[in-house]
Order: sequence, then structure tokens, then C-alpha cells
Amino acid sequence: MSGLAAHLPALQVVVPLFAAPLCLLAGRAGLAWLIVFVASCLATATAAGLAYQTFQHGTLSYPLGGWAAPWGIEYVVDTANAFILLLVSAISTVVLMYAPASVDREIRQGRRHLFYCMFALCLTGLLGIAITGDAFNVFVFLEISSLSSYALIALGGHRKALTASFQYLVMGTIGATFFLIGVGLLYMMTGTLNMADLQARIPAIQDSRPVLAAFAFITVGLALKAALFPLHLWLPNAYAYAPNVVSAFIAATATKVSLYVLLRFTFTIFGAKFAFLDLPLHWVLLVPAVIAMFAGSFSAIFQRDVKRMLAYSSVAQIGYIVLGIALSSAAGVAAALIHIFNHGLMKAALFCALGCIFHRIGSVRLEAMAGLGREMPWTMAALVAGGFSLLGVPLTAGFISKWYLIEAAFEAGLWWLVVLVVLSSMLAVVYVWRLLEALYFKPVPEGRAAVAEAPLSMLLPTLLLAAANIYFGLDTRLPVEMAQSAATILIREQIW
Amino acid sequence: MKHHRVLRVAAKLLIPFILLFALYVQFHGDFGPGGGFQAGVIFAAAFILYGLIFGLENARKVAPPALVTRLVALGLLLYAGVGYGGLLRGGNYLDYGVLLENSVAGQHLGILLIEFGVGTTVAATMISIFFLFAGRDT
Repeated sequence: MSGLAAHLPALQVVVPLFAAPLCLLAGRAGLAWLIVFVASCLATATAAGLAYQTFQHGTLSYPLGGWAAPWGIEYVVDTANAFILLLVSAISTVVLMYAPASVDREIRQGRRHLFYCMFALCLTGLLGIAITGDAFNVFVFLEISSLSSYALIALGGHRKALTASFQYLVMGTIGATFFLIGVGLLYMMTGTLNMADLQARIPAIQDSRPVLAAFAFITVGLALKAALFPLHLWLPNAYAYAPNVVSAFIAATATKVSLYVLLRFTFTIFGAKFAFLDLPLHWVLLVPAVIAMFAGSFSAIFQRDVKRMLAYSSVAQIGYIVLGIALSSAAGVAAALIHIFNHGLMKAALFCALGCIFHRIGSVRLEAMAGLGREMPWTMAALVAGGFSLLGVPLTAGFISKWYLIEAAFEAGLWWLVVLVVLSSMLAVVYVWRLLEALYFKPVPEGRAAVAEAPLSMLLPTLLLAAANIYFGLDTRLPVEMAQSAATILIREQIW
Repeated sequence: MKHHRVLRVAAKLLIPFILLFALYVQFHGDFGPGGGFQAGVIFAAAFILYGLIFGLENARKVAPPALVTRLVALGLLLYAGVGYGGLLRGGNYLDYGVLLENSVAGQHLGILLIEFGVGTTVAATMISIFFLFAGRDT
């Protein structure tokens, strides 16, 4: 590898990073959008290039500044994080295609270029978390992505966006602090921050109190960031009051990246034997995951604000992902990764469709949306595709996730989990049905003027995401093969 | 604060020295204790002191908010740009050794430039934060 190809790991992060100050200097919304969009397209191309390189050459390592690991900061790309990088950058690109019309309606003039600046920083942070091979560097990027997402959420039109953002700030900071305390304890015990080096040094001292404490702090901190029940309280408000573009982007990517870090720390750095045989991580993750599946879906049923409904549904879906992790087998981790990918697609499609509705009627409450099915047929088609995918109807991406999850549960001999997964999916039927009933079977509320279809610049990306939900339900090669190869890389010791 | 003569005179006397000290911390950072972050905070402290004593309006005249915002971006661009410089000269990202023919001199130049970027961004950010909290309108 020579030339540009050798530097792709650095460019993956620094191209969006460079875009952020340029947006600030641009000062105009249109120009700022163009800068971020180009950066995001380049990031997607880079991620695709990296994924290709990991298939060709295996794991890639890039020492920043030429300082060799473990002293310097090293970026490490293998199939596992190439998969996450691809998801984050692709979703960001599609959401940015959708952004201009939505941002013009929802965000005050004069702040729009700042919005794109924050978006670029958030993208930088998420990509950085995924790509770095340095435990402290994860924290730095975690803060970059979190601080920018607090600002993005606070830009929401409703006044409650500010309190939602503040709540997220408090909870997110606690999560990040826990993570940092854990990393600090590990550094104290091993004298290294490099992930591969940590992995080599931890087994010798794994029974010491500080390492146990570090493991607990890191797990809880990341669970908070990933909004695992009962640490999900920041999520519904944050998703509900954020601008629609932000909801779509963050719901599809932010919690997923934290789950990836959880996978990396649990399976690669600490090792499955330590986490699941010496310590009871299996139950620690399994119980909240199952409760999340039910509590999230159950709360979603009672929401009248559809963005909140989807936010609670995210809590439930994170439960499915963590369930896969808790199974601690290669099949379970692969199922978790497949659902990370597919859930990203569903939530992006659904939140984008809701953004289209908000763009036309200024509300996403169920009663305001009554009868829209006839007036905005294309948007509704996207919403239905996303909703079916969320349920796990065959021929959609969601079905594939559930299929692999159930298969992994069977493989682990936990047939009762299969029953629980199916039962909780039934709850999803209830809230998705409520949505469809309002859209197609309720009469149009009196006094509402005729509603036009959403503008093409918003509709096309939404339909693209909806089509992806169906495409990846039919042709599962990309997510399944990448996830299965990623799972074998992440899990360095088989325990079952 | 027109009647606080002591404060006004003392501030006027102090500000040049604060700025000079900030520049010392900035540019001596690669030989002794110091660096961009500390220097930026000290540099901004001079402006904040000026703003506290002589009023926000005067401070805004000295450091126009539009310019300060641009400086936030420019500092980061300088830092990231030096990183790209390393790439263009055939090294890794942020490899300063390749910036000049002599690797040690290259390291010096690189750290000097990125620390200046850090200093610029930190100073401008501190001043912006002061303006935002003091003004509550921009």
C-alpha cells in the first residue's frame, strides 16, 4: 500500500475534523452544508476503502505522527470497526442529503452554519471512537461527539430541547467520567493505554481490585452512553426534542458506537473468559436487556408523540443488541452487530420520514398526523417500510436481525429467550399499528388544509433509506458477512 | 467603573505584561513549562480583565466577536493543517519530523505551529465564552 491508500485511517477522522472549522469560517448555511456534505462523502469513500483493505490485508495499523504503538496513538482498523465506520459515514451522508430543507425550516437563520459545524464535529467524534486503538483516545472522541450532540439537540425548536439537552449532558458526562475512571485505573495498573497492549497485560493482574473496578466502571459508563435500561432516561427526551435531522443521525449512530466500544472492551481487551466466566457479565447484561425489550416497547405504546414513541422503541432495540452481546458467543455478537447495522437503517428511515411530516404539518403527534396516508403517499411508504423493518416482518432488514438473534439464542440453548424476543416483538406490533391506524384509517382532522408531499430533497434520501431496509432484507451478504467476520475478530477466546 | 481610578490604572499597567507573559509561555513552551493551552488562557485573561474594567462595549471594539469566532476556527485549522503538511511531505499525519530537511528542526517547527494553533483557539474560545456570558445577546 502506498500513497493515499496508506493514510486512509487518519483521513477517515481528520477530513470531517477539518470540515468543522471551515464551516465556521464559511458563515453561510449553503456553503457550510456543501463542506460537510463533501467531507461526509469522502468519509464514506474512505470507510469503504478501509473495509476493502481489511478484507485484503487483515488488520491495519496507523501510528499517528509516526510514533509507534504502544507509546504513540495508534489507529487500528479491522472488519469490526470498518463495519461501524461504514455505517456511521453512510448514514451521515444520506442524512446530510436530507438536511438542507429540514434545517432551513427548523433552525434559525444565522445558526445554520453552526449547526453544520457541530454536525461535522459529531461525525468526527463517532468515527474517531470507532477507529482508534487507544483507550484514552476513545474518551477524547467520546467527548467530541457528545459535546457536539448536546449542542445539536439544544438547537431543537421546542423550549424543552434545552432541558432535554441538559439532562443528556449530565447523564452523558457521568457516563464519560465512569469510562475515564475505568481507563485511568487500567492505566494505573498496566502503565499503558494502547488497546492491544492492555489486552496483553491485563491477564496477569486480572484478579486485582483496580482491574475489577475498572471493568465495572467502563461497563456501566458505556451502558449509560448506549442507553441500556435502566440508564436510558436521557434518551427519549433527547431524541424527541432534537431537530429531526439530528434525531435521525444520532438515533442511527451514537448509541451504536458506544455498543461497539463495549464489545471491544469486553471481548477483545478484557476477554470473554474474564467477563463471562470469572464475572457474571452474562446476567448483568441479560436482565436489563430483556427488561429493556419489554419496558421500551411498552412505554412506546403509550406515546402520542411519534418521535418519543420511536425513542422508546430505540430503548427496546438496544435491548436486542445487548441481548446478542450477553449471549457471549460468536453467533450472539454477530447478531448484535447485524442489528446495530439494521437498526441504524430503520431508525434513520423512520426519523427521516417523521422529519418530512414535520416539515409539512409542523407536528409529529398522532392526532395531527391522522389521515396523512393519502396526502403524503411516498413519505408514508417509507414510514411503513421502516415500521415493518422495526417489527421484523420478513423481506425487511429487521427480520434478518431477529432471525440471527433467535438462532444465536437457540444455539446457546436458551429457548425461553426466543419466546421473550418474539413476545416483545408483538408489543412492537401494537405501537407500529397505532401509527399506521392513525395514518391510513383515521379521518383527516377538521380544519387542516391540504398537505403536499414532502420536497424531493427530503423525500429521496428518506426513500433511499427505506429501500435500504428492504434491500438488506433480501441481500444480506454485506451486513451478515462483515458482522460474522467481525465477531470472530472481536472474540479472541471462545468460551462456549 | 469610571470612578475606580486605581483599578483602571492598575489594569492598564498590567495588561501589556499579561499579554507579553502569555506570548512567553506560548513560544517558550517547547523549551520549558508552558504551551498553547496555558498561553491561550493567559492571553484571554488580559482581554477579560480589560472587558471587566473598561466595559463590554470597549472590549468588543478591541476584539470584535466576528473576528474572535473566526480565530477559533483558524487555530484548529492551523493544527489540522500542520498534520496535513506531514502527509504531503510523505510522513504520517501529524509527523512533524518530515516538515523540514532536518528532522529535529522539523519537530521544533511542527510543535511550535500546532501549539500556536492551540493557543489561538483557546484564547479565542475563552474570549467568546466571556462575551457570551457577559453579553447574553450574541
